Amino acid sequence: MTTPGRLPEPYGQGQGANLADILERVLDKGVVIAGDIRINLLDIELLTIKLRLIVASVDKAKEMGIDWWESDPALSTNARHKELARENEELRQRLAELESGRAPKEETP
Amino acid sequence: MTGLRYVYAVCRPFGAALQAQVGGVAGDPPRLLTHRGLVAVVSHVPEADFAEEPLRSHLEDLDWLTATARAHQQVIDALTAVTTPLPLRLATVFRDDSGVRVMMEEREESFLRTLERLDGRVEWGVKVYVESAEEQSAAAAAEKPASGREYLLQRRRRTRAGEEMWQRAEEFATRLHQALSGRADDARLHAPQNPALSGAAGRNVLNAAYLVPRDHSEEFVELVDRTKDDVPGIRVELTGPWAAYSFAGENGGTEDSREGRS
Repeated sequence: MTTPGRLPEPYGQGQGANLADILERVLDKGVVIAGDIRINLLDIELLTIKLRLIVASVDKAKEMGIDWWESDPALSTNARHKELARENEELRQRLAELESGRAPKEETP
Repeated sequence: MTGLRYVYAVCRPFGAALQAQVGGVAGDPPRLLTHRGLVAVVSHVPEADFAEEPLRSHLEDLDWLTATARAHQQVIDALTAVTTPLPLRLATVFRDDSGVRVMMEEREESFLRTLERLDGRVEWGVKVYVESAEEQSAAAAAEKPASGREYLLQRRRRTRAGEEMWQRAEEFATRLHQALSGRADDARLHAPQNPALSGAAGRNVLNAAYLVPRDHSEEFVELVDRTKDDVPGIRVELTGPWAAYSFAGENGGTEDSREGRS
């Protein structure tokens, strides 16, 4: 074959390639050159915030004020710990309530 | 001559021909524009679609964006099969050939430096997903709690299972990233992908790119394959070989080489 060096068969590419993988690369990676037609891809309005996040590197997203993942338990360890602490607290309270008075307020007459 | 010039990539001159059936953006098969020691890969595209105003509105059309991104990537893929391309960002457009030549000349040194650095290397993408704690414990939670205390115990167990899952996933991802970095010339960590767009199941906890010599790619792929079934509830996904998108920046990084304006 004409391939310079051996390459394994492609994984997850071709027509079926994950759109997110392609957009992530063609919109956010690669060399940025100011051509004659000047478009800042990150200014495009209709790309939703989430689409922007996926195509924007973390720093750029932060610049744009997109930082929801920092408080998203699924994406941030920090937020996850906070979430767990909160839930723990909630459970302790419920447990205390249940164990102390058998939830007197909810007692049916 | 009417039409604008859409530039996909810059490469060193290469002998082999591109795959015949590569369509190119706007249906114009890619042409090679040689200037000094470099080749720009370009398509002629209509002003009606690629001048600033129409291009801006097209980019807001997700279908157009998808088709264009796939066409762009298809050309880059075809180039990757025969040489080491330096991929440019989507929608890099010049008025005419001479505009492209001027750009190539201005950036000649940095292009050559980067091409040298990337020569004979490709990018592999590795993502790690973890099934959400809810999915994991859905089965366990099937039986109805008999009492409030039972309910709380179940809930606590679920929380603990979730936390353990996350810890395992994080340790797994860290270990995998270290192992793969050891086999790669360079590595980049990208922001996790949003499952709403990628359509992938589970949460993306690692989204990394590795720069690997072609000759070592087979071993690299095998290494990834071997880790795949290591931990239940964790999924490893490999994509590639890509052109070295994540490593094409001036400083070998993903930093913008944008020149003060946008």
